[in-house]
Amino acid sequence: MSLLSTIVSQVINGLQSGSIYALVALGYSMVYGIILLLNFAHGDIIMVGAYAAWMCMVNFHLHPVASILVAVLASTLLGVIIEKVAYTPLRSAPRLSLLITAIGVSFLLENGAQLIFGAGAKDMSEPMALFTTGPSITLGSSTLSFPAILTIVVSLIAMAALTFLVQKTKLGKAMRAVSEDMGAAQLMGISLNATISFTFMLGSALAGIGAILYLCAYPQVSPTMGSMLGLKAFVAAVLGGIGSIPGAMVGGFVIGLAEALVSAVGLSVWKDGVVFAILIVVLLVKPSGLLGRSTTEKV
Amino acid sequence: MKRFISMTMAVLMALSLVACGGGSSSAAGGSSAASGAASGEGGSIKIGLLANTSDANANYGNAVKNGVMLYIDEVNAAGGVNGKQIEVIAYDDKGDATEAVTAFSRLVDDGVTAVIGGVLTGTTLAVADETYEIGMPQITASATAPGVTLLDPEDESAGIRENVFRACFIDPFQGEKMAEYASERLGATTAAVIFENGNDYSVGLKDAFVAKCEELGIQVVATEAYSTGDVDFKAQLTNIAGQNPDVVFSPNYYEDDGMIVTQAREVGVTGTFLGGDGWGSVKNYASAEDLEGSVYCSGYAPGSSDAVKQFEADYQAAYGEDIPNMFAPLGYDAAMLMLNAIQAAEEQGLEACTDAYYQAVIDAMSATEGLEGITGTYQFDEQNNPIKSAAIMKLEGGDEVFTELF
Repeated sequence: MSLLSTIVSQVINGLQSGSIYALVALGYSMVYGIILLLNFAHGDIIMVGAYAAWMCMVNFHLHPVASILVAVLASTLLGVIIEKVAYTPLRSAPRLSLLITAIGVSFLLENGAQLIFGAGAKDMSEPMALFTTGPSITLGSSTLSFPAILTIVVSLIAMAALTFLVQKTKLGKAMRAVSEDMGAAQLMGISLNATISFTFMLGSALAGIGAILYLCAYPQVSPTMGSMLGLKAFVAAVLGGIGSIPGAMVGGFVIGLAEALVSAVGLSVWKDGVVFAILIVVLLVKPSGLLGRSTTEKV
Repeated sequence: MKRFISMTMAVLMALSLVACGGGSSSAAGGSSAASGAASGEGGSIKIGLLANTSDANANYGNAVKNGVMLYIDEVNAAGGVNGKQIEVIAYDDKGDATEAVTAFSRLVDDGVTAVIGGVLTGTTLAVADETYEIGMPQITASATAPGVTLLDPEDESAGIRENVFRACFIDPFQGEKMAEYASERLGATTAAVIFENGNDYSVGLKDAFVAKCEELGIQVVATEAYSTGDVDFKAQLTNIAGQNPDVVFSPNYYEDDGMIVTQAREVGVTGTFLGGDGWGSVKNYASAEDLEGSVYCSGYAPGSSDAVKQFEADYQAAYGEDIPNMFAPLGYDAAMLMLNAIQAAEEQGLEACTDAYYQAVIDAMSATEGLEGITGTYQFDEQNNPIKSAAIMKLEGGDEVFTELF
C-alpha cells in the first residue's frame, strides 16, 4: 500500500467516525442553544436507541427497517420523557442544578441498562448486515465502504434538514426566539413548553439516528457505549462553537480526522489525549469555538 | 460563557471521581453461599471470592464464580474438608481495583481465612498487595501478569509474594508461546501488534510477544495502541495494513478482538490473527469468515479427557449452559488447589485466620505436585506459577476448535 493511499484511507476513517461525532454533537448543541443545558444524558439516549434496535431485531425478529424506526421512536420518546420528568421542574433553578441532574440521568440510564440487559456487549453484526453490505467506492487502492458512505451522507442530510428547519420554518423561528430571550418569546405568544419539548424531541431523534449509524459501523451494544461517544461529541460541540449547528458538524469532523491522523503518524497511544487536549486549548484560546457567537458577559 | 464551561468541566470531573471511587460504598451486596449445614457441629471454613460479575468483562467473572462454586458444592456435598463445610463469601469487584480493595476489607471483616480472586489482572494486583501484608493465602484463577506473584516484575531478584498463587499461565508465557507458534507453525517473518493501552494484561502479552519475536528473528513492523472503550480501530489497522504483516497479534479481550478482526478485514489486513486466552468466546463477536484461521492459546482444551468431559457435564447440569470459556475450568481448578492446601492446615488442627494457619496453607500449596485439574496437572514453579502446557485453539467455520497442546 502506497503512502498516498494510506493517507486517503486514514482521511476516510476520520470522516466516518467524525460524522457520527458530528451527529451526536448536533444534539448537544441544539439543546444547549435553547435552554443552555449541557445534556450529558445525550450519549446514553444513543445507547437506549441501540438497545431498542437490538431488542427489535434479535428478540422480536422485526424487519431491520421497522426496527430502526422503533429505535428512533424510542430515543425520541425517551428524550421527551427525560425533559418532562427531570428538566422541566428545574427550569427556574440555577443552571448548575440542571447540569447535575443531567449527569444523574446519565448514570441512571447506564446502570439501568446494565441491570436489565447485563454488562456484556451484544453482537449485532448479523442483524445489521442489511445496512452494512452495499456498494462501495474504490479510490485508488483505498475503499470507501458502504457503512462509511451511509454514515457520511446521512449526517450531511441531517445537518441540512436541521438548518432548514431552524432557519426557514415557523417552529425554527420559535426555537430561535426562545433561545434569544425566553421571557420575550413567551410574551409574543410562543409556547415555551412546546418549543423546548420539540427541541428535545429533535435532539433525541438525532441521537436515535446516531445509534443506528453507530451500529452500522461498530455492531456492538453495551451499557457504556454512549459515555465516551458523548464526551467526544461534547468536545466536538465545544470546538465548533456550542449552540451552532454548522459548528457542531465542523467540530465532529475535525475531532474524527484528528483521531485518525494522530494514529496515522504512529501515535495511537495519544489518541484520546489529543482529543481532550483540543478541548483544553479551545477553552483557553477561543472559548466560543470555531463558529460560535462570542458573547460578552454583562457585569 | 467561558466561566460557565470551565465550571461545568470542574463539576463533571469532580463527579466522575465520585463515580469511580465512591461507588464502592454502594457495591452490590455480597452473597453468602454456604450450602448445607454451615453452622453444623463440624463448624465451617470461610473463604472469600472476588470476581467481577457485573462489568464489561463479566463473562470472565461469572464463569470463574460458577467454576469455583461447582467445586465447593461438590466438596460440601461429600462432607466438606476435615468434616467442616466450606462457606464462600462472594463480592463483586466490578473489575475495578478500588472496588476490589474495598471488597477485600469486607472479606477480612467477615472473617475469611483465604481468598480466591480476583479475576482480572488489575483487581488481582490490587488485592495481592493487601493479602501480602497480612500473609493471607490467595489464589487467582485467571490473572496472568507476572506482578501478581512477583514483587517487582522488572527485577526478579526482588522476591515473590509467597502467599499468592495462580491457576493460569502468566502473560510472558502466552506472548512467548504465540511468537514461537507464529515462527514454527506459520513460518511468519513479519508481525504487527494492536493492544489496549493501560491494560496490564494486554501490555504484558504485547511486551513478551515483541521480545520473543526479536529473539526468533520475526520483524515487528507495527505496534499500535487503543484506549479502553474504543470501538474504532480502523486508523491503527490501516497503518498495519500498510505494512502487510504475516501475523497480527491482538492480546485483548474478546469483545474488542471481535471488532478488531472485523475492521481489520474491512481495511485490508490479510495476515493471520493471533491472540491470548482473552479470545475465549470471540466466535460470538465477529463473523466466521473474518475469524477463519485465527489462532489463540488457552489454558483449557474442551473435551480432551474423561475428567474434562465429566466436568463439562456437571457444569451443564448445575448452570443449564455450556462452559462459556476457559475461566470456568480455571475457577474450578483454583478452588481445588486452595481446598487441597487448606486440608493440610486443617489436618494439623490449626486455628483459622492465624499466621500459623496461613503459613500451613501456603506451604501445602507450594508443595502441590501432580494434582490433576481440569486444565492440566498442577505443580508450581519457584515463582508460584503453574507448570503446564498451552492448548492451541483455532477458529474454524465459526467455532473455536482445540488443535494441539503446544
